[in-house]
Amino acid sequence: MTDLYQIADLRLSLADMTAKPLFGTAPRIEILKGLSFTIPKGAVVGIVGGSGSGKSTLGRALVRLLEPSGGTIRFDGTDITHLTEPDLRPLRRRFQMIFQDPMSSLNPRHRVGTIIAEPLRLHGLDAIPDRVARALHHVGLPQAFATRFPHELSGGQRQRVGIARAIALEPDFILADEIVSGLDVSSQAQVLNLLERLVAELGLTLAFISHDLSVIRRLCQRTIVLHRGEIVEDRPTADLFAAPKAAYTRDLLEAIPLPDPAQPWV
Amino acid sequence: MLDAKGMDGRSLIRRRAGLRLWLSAGWLTLLCLAALFAPWIAPKDPLAQDLFLGRMPPFWMAGSEPGYWLGTDSLGRDVLSRIIHGARVALTVALVAGVITCLIGATLGLLAGFLRGWVDMVISRLIDIWMAFPPVLFSILLIAVLGPGLISIIIAIVVIDWTRFARVVRAEAMAQGAMDYVASARVAGRGRIGIMLREILPNVLPTICVLLTLEMGIAVIVEAILSFVNLSISTDDPTWGGMISEGRTAIHQAWWVLVFPLITLFLTVLSFSQLGEGLKDRFDPVLR
Amino acid sequence: MTYLSIRDLSVRLKGGPSLLRRVSLDVEPGEVRGLVGESGAGKSMIGKAVLGILPPSVEITGGQILLDGTDLLTLPPKDRRRRIGASCALIPQDPLTALNPSHRIGPQITDRLVDILGWTRADAEARAKALLAEVQIPDPDRVLRAYPHELSGGMRQRILIASAFAAEPKLIVADEPTTALDVTVQKQILKLIAGMQARHGTALLFVTHDLGVVSKVCQYLSVLYAGMVVEDATVVDFFAAPRHAYSAALLAATPKYTDPAAGLNPVPDAVIDAVRAEVAAFDRGSA
Repeated sequence: MTDLYQIADLRLSLADMTAKPLFGTAPRIEILKGLSFTIPKGAVVGIVGGSGSGKSTLGRALVRLLEPSGGTIRFDGTDITHLTEPDLRPLRRRFQMIFQDPMSSLNPRHRVGTIIAEPLRLHGLDAIPDRVARALHHVGLPQAFATRFPHELSGGQRQRVGIARAIALEPDFILADEIVSGLDVSSQAQVLNLLERLVAELGLTLAFISHDLSVIRRLCQRTIVLHRGEIVEDRPTADLFAAPKAAYTRDLLEAIPLPDPAQPWV
Repeated sequence: MLDAKGMDGRSLIRRRAGLRLWLSAGWLTLLCLAALFAPWIAPKDPLAQDLFLGRMPPFWMAGSEPGYWLGTDSLGRDVLSRIIHGARVALTVALVAGVITCLIGATLGLLAGFLRGWVDMVISRLIDIWMAFPPVLFSILLIAVLGPGLISIIIAIVVIDWTRFARVVRAEAMAQGAMDYVASARVAGRGRIGIMLREILPNVLPTICVLLTLEMGIAVIVEAILSFVNLSISTDDPTWGGMISEGRTAIHQAWWVLVFPLITLFLTVLSFSQLGEGLKDRFDPVLR
Repeated sequence: MTYLSIRDLSVRLKGGPSLLRRVSLDVEPGEVRGLVGESGAGKSMIGKAVLGILPPSVEITGGQILLDGTDLLTLPPKDRRRRIGASCALIPQDPLTALNPSHRIGPQITDRLVDILGWTRADAEARAKALLAEVQIPDPDRVLRAYPHELSGGMRQRILIASAFAAEPKLIVADEPTTALDVTVQKQILKLIAGMQARHGTALLFVTHDLGVVSKVCQYLSVLYAGMVVEDATVVDFFAAPRHAYSAALLAATPKYTDPAAGLNPVPDAVIDAVRAEVAAFDRGSA
């Protein structure tokens, strides 16, 4: 299997504007401290970590919403680490992102159909109504939903619209950033089942960012555990759950409250 | 993650009093001192006319008269002295009108935003109706009724501008009222007025502070406008607006009569707004 | 006598739909009852009704809230507020908005004791310091002088817990107190709440959407759907065998990392239809 993403010694630092002196440059805070890993084509990779671990920053670097300050990101053989926005544009269609908060990532003034069609139009694709209809079908929403507004939908339905918008472009790669953390357990399960099905049907490569290991276990074959900007563990999910190696992974696992009063919880 | 002291990095952030805070505060302090000690500082009597010294240029130009640093107007009055004396009117209006507007507007806004219900309805409707009047016409009408004078200007500013405070403070108080610490205070049994003063007011204060300084700048402008159209205090007393108005007629012969009061006015209004922003950055406990 | 007893409590949006449908439940001192349900099920509404902090757009249309035998709903507003203030407290959801950013931590804990309960300042300060130590905050003196924005989320949640226990309340409502926290911090905070509650013998209403959390801190639970209690059980019985189809489905939807085959099953449409029919039948019956 070939690698869709090759990441080598990825570093990212942001300027700390709060500590900027009156004249001169602000000091930099290092958020990603040299990450190296690959994502093979067709893989479903989980990226886990607590708040401040850098998992969302990593995700945003992968789809080049942020520019890394060091290392390289290769997407399907192309070095996209420092590509300018015009050079990125043709590639943008191939890696898409689904956001955590569907309410704020869907424009409340547009109908669902328009929301899904917008990126298609930007990329100059043809047969837009067909593509919108197909995308709605894929995420299991009735065609009539195209004329609704986001506020008329439930949280789970909104997240499906976010997914439909991403898959309508027929991308190779989708980044899902904490997309089930705001949902009820039942909607969570529905969205996860949907993603599982889409990965199989559409041959997607998926990176799934979450703070919740129990969600990762269901969906991902491989799991990368991030802690303070470094990879502490990168293994097949089953192995990681059977015998976590890093102390931080063990802490994360033991902290999950199982729905079982008999589970000891020390 | 916590360090051993139980604090995280946020406590280490130091705030600097930015350059703009120093510059604006410096200019306004200078102006205040000038206004307070005007009779002693002003090199000449601002009202003394000397037709032989009419339209003298400022000190660096050919034909200037020693002692008249910024030149004289067409009646031979010293421009610098008139600007210094004009600061008295400008700052009095700024302080008195600004503070009264703030007190009335912020109180009503706080009551409306926190108490909601019928109080909010009455105050909000009042604001809507008030804001439907065109402000310039409204102020000219008011002055026409009250008669020109310092007090009339202040009343006109307060009557017109309280809505600015009321609207913003109302919205801010509503946002703060939805916070959990307000719920906690209610559970603890604190009364509504207590919550308003203790929980809400301190968090709205930075906003009020910014609005107040903006309002002072606006008050200076309004005073200048009303002086410009001769609706301010008697034409004998030097005011910036009055000077600008007089300077306008002689702009081609004596530009300095117009330009120096204009620069003073501009710097003063700018300083007020920058002071507000600077104070907010410096003293707001939350980094926004 | 039961310490908190809610009887047939009904709440609705003014001129709108019902939010709580004849909810009944009991909590004794030293007990923890979980209120579970999906968003919009009305679980937070119960806690707010007890504490008298329902939003103004909502009204109570019937039932009783008996606190130590007295129906809070029949008391004049002033007496009700005094009663609630003296014997109840809230641990709110979001530690970021639950502390007033304009005041130092110390006064936020002590002022209520002094102003409302009439403690002396010295007593209140000693109490605050002891409580911060009890919630395992290192260097309490420094934290008491700090502003909220100088502290991390986990630290602020500890302070809120300390503050809730400050006046030795008989009843505490915890409204999703760990939703905003990382799992590792959540674990510490849950253990802290459970430990404090057991030591102080407080009655605790614990609002959460996470059945995993319920199984760790509660002895009893009420499962809500559309403002109706569909199941009221002990935690041991419930997790062994839930009685209602909807609550069983909710349990099956809860993720379980030890067993990838179990958990994360969506609530079947048939179950939703059945429980909706139940709600509709209830509304017809009470109309």
